[in-house]
Amino acid sequence: MRKQLCDALLERSSKPDMVFLTGDLGFMALEPLQEGMGPRFINAGVAEQNMVSVAAGLANQSLEVWLYSIAPFCYARPFEQIRNDICFHALPVKLIGNGGGYGYGVMGPTHHAIEDYGVLLTLPNMCVFVPVFDEDIPAVIARAGDCTTAAYIRLGRGEPPKGYAVPAYAPWRQLCSGYGPVVIAVGPLATTYIETFEKMSPSTRPNFWAVSELPIEKNLFPAELLAQIQSTSLLCVAEEHVRRGGFASELVLYLANQGVALPRFVHLHALAHHYSRYGSQPFLRKLSSLDAPSMVSALKGLNDD
Amino acid sequence: MAKKRLLQMHFESGVGHIGGNLSVLDAILLVFNEFLNVDDFFILSKGHSAGALYIALWSVGKLQDNELAQFHKDNTLLAGHPPARSIADIAFATGSLGHGLSLAAGTALAFRLKQQDRQVFCITSDGEWQEGSTWEALIFACHQQLGNLTVLIDHNRFQGFGSTDEVASMAPLWDKLKGFDADIQIVDGHKLDDIRAALGVKSKKPRIMVLQTIKGHGVSFMENQMAWHYLPLTPELFQKAIQEIEEVEAP
Repeated sequence: MRKQLCDALLERSSKPDMVFLTGDLGFMALEPLQEGMGPRFINAGVAEQNMVSVAAGLANQSLEVWLYSIAPFCYARPFEQIRNDICFHALPVKLIGNGGGYGYGVMGPTHHAIEDYGVLLTLPNMCVFVPVFDEDIPAVIARAGDCTTAAYIRLGRGEPPKGYAVPAYAPWRQLCSGYGPVVIAVGPLATTYIETFEKMSPSTRPNFWAVSELPIEKNLFPAELLAQIQSTSLLCVAEEHVRRGGFASELVLYLANQGVALPRFVHLHALAHHYSRYGSQPFLRKLSSLDAPSMVSALKGLNDD
Repeated sequence: MAKKRLLQMHFESGVGHIGGNLSVLDAILLVFNEFLNVDDFFILSKGHSAGALYIALWSVGKLQDNELAQFHKDNTLLAGHPPARSIADIAFATGSLGHGLSLAAGTALAFRLKQQDRQVFCITSDGEWQEGSTWEALIFACHQQLGNLTVLIDHNRFQGFGSTDEVASMAPLWDKLKGFDADIQIVDGHKLDDIRAALGVKSKKPRIMVLQTIKGHGVSFMENQMAWHYLPLTPELFQKAIQEIEEVEAP
């Protein structure tokens, strides 16, 4: 998604008040943005705490500030700066974390970002974007840029099946329809299930949704999805995020607050903090039972019970 | 008068952190009353000296006596550390050390990008230079050559649980600072003419003033006593402190 990101930001950078900060990252990706923005493109060096507070200082003077790093260095290292300097002051800084989830899987646990949006959504004046497809980036940049609060954009890698017609961006999108269970996936993880679900017969194929914006209250909850949840016997959430604090628990709370009786519930989530062996994003998804075969097994096993 | 008002405010609220307020009070009053123009910007990075900031704002008519009377009480705007989004002249909540200099650098950079001739003043503690983020900010400010940024370090040589030399010595601090591309000055933080002269020196680089100060300055039983980082005043000690200050201030 980095090329699409660069293109979208370069287009937006015609706004004279836009400033871009990077924590010394973006090689072979952000050079056009660097060239296009001139002094408004600032390499703040390997100093993320300072970069976030500098961003707050810039935003407090009504500049539109975008900040970029590898995901864990974007939110984990400077968490207090995000909390105190950005969120406490309701400054609309846009944080871009590349390689969310297991995006940098084989690089090891320091490079994983599997508790990012859960942690950040505990903060006031913060929202999260998790684009599903590369094609989502222009819309996500536009929506995040116009957002009045701070925003965290978790970039990943959308890998839909070849020839797949990517639907136009929306915070909630139904990607498959059927008479099976309801499945909701967060961000680009959704693309790993499309082919498998499309091959299933309509009688067992899930009503499959992808969500790209959090918290849930940020957007209108789709009435069609709510009706599907109310009539299904099985609801599954898949997210490349640890169990605690993720989308699943937020969804369950949301449904409870709406008075919706919860069907049988299964949560597929990231587990890699418990591993001592590393590998690619697909490898770690498989270890976490987040890959497509594991999803099918989980749904089948519960349906058969 | 400001020193008495500061002690009165802390005494009436039963609040400590007095020593570090007294060490920085002379400098912060001078900045607010003689150097901070209406478009300029101030950040108190050593947020535990919020009392001195409130008194400085009071000294220029930005806070009133009835507001000072609410310091540190329930439903107050004047928290123990500078608050967020409640007092117009306090731009940033501080109190966790190591944030203010970066915020100041970002603000100074914003003024430059917007081609605005505005100055940024930031006061840090000395213990705060044990925070890595403060050095990150210094690297950034020097690399960006933020000539509209002035940093004043309240070098009172005491921190939370010992002296700076005992806990994590960088003595002499200014020698470390001199390795950076900034204008460094070492100033007696209680001689107003010296601070005034130092602040009057223009530079195209970030200016850093190491203010040699005394923790608890002006109150004999507080001076250079780490305990006054924390202790509140008893009625007897309050009267003693006021008496000492009046004797010094008497013509």
